[in-house]
Amino acid sequence: MNHDSYPDAYIRDILVRHRTIAMVGASPNPSRPSYFAMKYLLGKGFHVVPVNPGQAGKTILDQPVFGTLGEISEPVEIVDIFRNSEAALPVTREAIRIGAKVVWMQLGVRNDEAAKLAEEAGLKVVMNRCPKIEYGRLSGEISWAGVNSRTLSSKRPLLGPKGGQQRALRRDV
Amino acid sequence: MSEERTPGFNTLAIHAGAQPDPATGARVTPIYQTTSYVFDDVDHAAALFNLETFGNIYTRIMNPTQAVLEERLAALEGGTAALAVASGHAAQALVFHTLLEPGDEFIAARQLYGGSINQFGQAFAKCGWTVKWADTTDAESFRAQLSPKTRAIFVESIANPGGIITDLEAIAAVAKEAGVPFIVDNTLATPYLTRPKEYGADIIVHSLTKFLGGHGNSIGGAIVDCGTFDWIGSGRYPSLTAPCPSYHGITLAETFGNFAFAIAARVLGLRDLGPAIAPMNAFLILTGIETLPLRMQRHCDNALQVATWLKGHDEVAWVNYAGLDDNPFYPLTRRYCPDGAGAVFTFGLKGGYDAGIALVSNVKLFSHLANIGDTRSLIIHPASTTHRQLSDEHRERAGAGADVVRLSVGLENVDDIIADLDQALAAI
Repeated sequence: MNHDSYPDAYIRDILVRHRTIAMVGASPNPSRPSYFAMKYLLGKGFHVVPVNPGQAGKTILDQPVFGTLGEISEPVEIVDIFRNSEAALPVTREAIRIGAKVVWMQLGVRNDEAAKLAEEAGLKVVMNRCPKIEYGRLSGEISWAGVNSRTLSSKRPLLGPKGGQQRALRRDV
Repeated sequence: MSEERTPGFNTLAIHAGAQPDPATGARVTPIYQTTSYVFDDVDHAAALFNLETFGNIYTRIMNPTQAVLEERLAALEGGTAALAVASGHAAQALVFHTLLEPGDEFIAARQLYGGSINQFGQAFAKCGWTVKWADTTDAESFRAQLSPKTRAIFVESIANPGGIITDLEAIAAVAKEAGVPFIVDNTLATPYLTRPKEYGADIIVHSLTKFLGGHGNSIGGAIVDCGTFDWIGSGRYPSLTAPCPSYHGITLAETFGNFAFAIAARVLGLRDLGPAIAPMNAFLILTGIETLPLRMQRHCDNALQVATWLKGHDEVAWVNYAGLDDNPFYPLTRRYCPDGAGAVFTFGLKGGYDAGIALVSNVKLFSHLANIGDTRSLIIHPASTTHRQLSDEHRERAGAGADVVRLSVGLENVDDIIADLDQALAAI
């Protein structure tokens, strides 16, 4: 995979195929980007499991926080890494160990060594992207903010189940 | 997984940002003529006000018709996001409101649209923002104006009233060295002729009123965020990097990454100063943009023929059109806008002030008015109109001496355009 430029179909496929996201570095502080992303993804129907050793046993956005990926009892599909690029390597090793399908590193986070390990283990890898922005971009929601979605479509956007101002990802484009 | 294509410019001009309406299937972008938008529920309303989710609140800040226009402009310029506003002047006011604090300076080319010279020199002074002038034909003159207070550099790609092509790469290098964003007004060129991001622009502004809208029917402006400036690394732009008191202490650069500037201009500048674009104007400008590539090429082709014809006319002393191969800026035209040097240029009359007055009075097809970038051919004699308040010396320096006439060449048959100038010049 070329990690400088991902095909939209690759990102879309990850976001429509998987539901359970472990968010490593989730924050209880409502002004942090990780809080924004977690709240948005919960609103889109994802099951988000926050991981943060300092918050273990507490809750963030009503979701119980785990200290490590290994402590999560249910299967995790996407590991979303809100840590620095260096820390992404050990988190990726743990993601491989627990059988995750995707390692996703946030905007500004990139670790090519970790990406290589994950891909060799059969995982998909996304780096330097935010799942909230990607969901908003591919569903068309982000276009309301004048953002260049870099997508063209002559298909009607799909409305989300929750109301007129929500959109969902189409599987057929 | 199908292979992804990068759509061409003509395709983007028609499709970027516009999907069929999700509620009705309408294929053309509807005019969402509404002030406000119903929230899905209380939590949704709170999330919108906190900037936690994307959506519409109030048309002073965003509107779905406007949003299509914004995405299309961002796509055509190769930017990450855009913000459409009430006018080109409003776009400039919001750019500098986002970048500057009282006491800050910016450097601008002195070869600008006259209205921008007034705005920068007079209106901005009331905010404590100081403009330092430089020469758009000399990158070193920008370097000479740098100071620890400099926060931006501003130029026009094709300088109004035409005839000058700015060496964008040379001035971008000065901005990069100084660690300040490079702002380019791309109104006269449009992204069809040149895309300043490719030459180092960080922010692009437009008067949409001109060639982008193209039909002389709507005032509008836009800011394009190229997504290239490192706000966090710079640390000198608190609107982007300081915690926002009105958004629970979030920092916009951290939350919105490479489109944070466009978001800041919207959720701080537009929210608080209020120059929103009317949905109807956004719709008319969008419709105009669909034919931009066709129109702009014809504008340039007609302008070149008119300029060439004028050069051979006995009453004409000189013609300043950068598309003519003997123009000093012709090498820069070849480099930055090889498809044409735009459709706005000036020429001088041997008969001076009185000949200028006579020419604008004699034309029958050209319209005598103070705009550019219309389907119609337009003419103005700056010394007796837009620049009449200035002293003779200031008029000369602004390229608006007594003998100067400015044309904006339209899309009529070029033979008819030339015939009108011919009869009007004959009657001087």
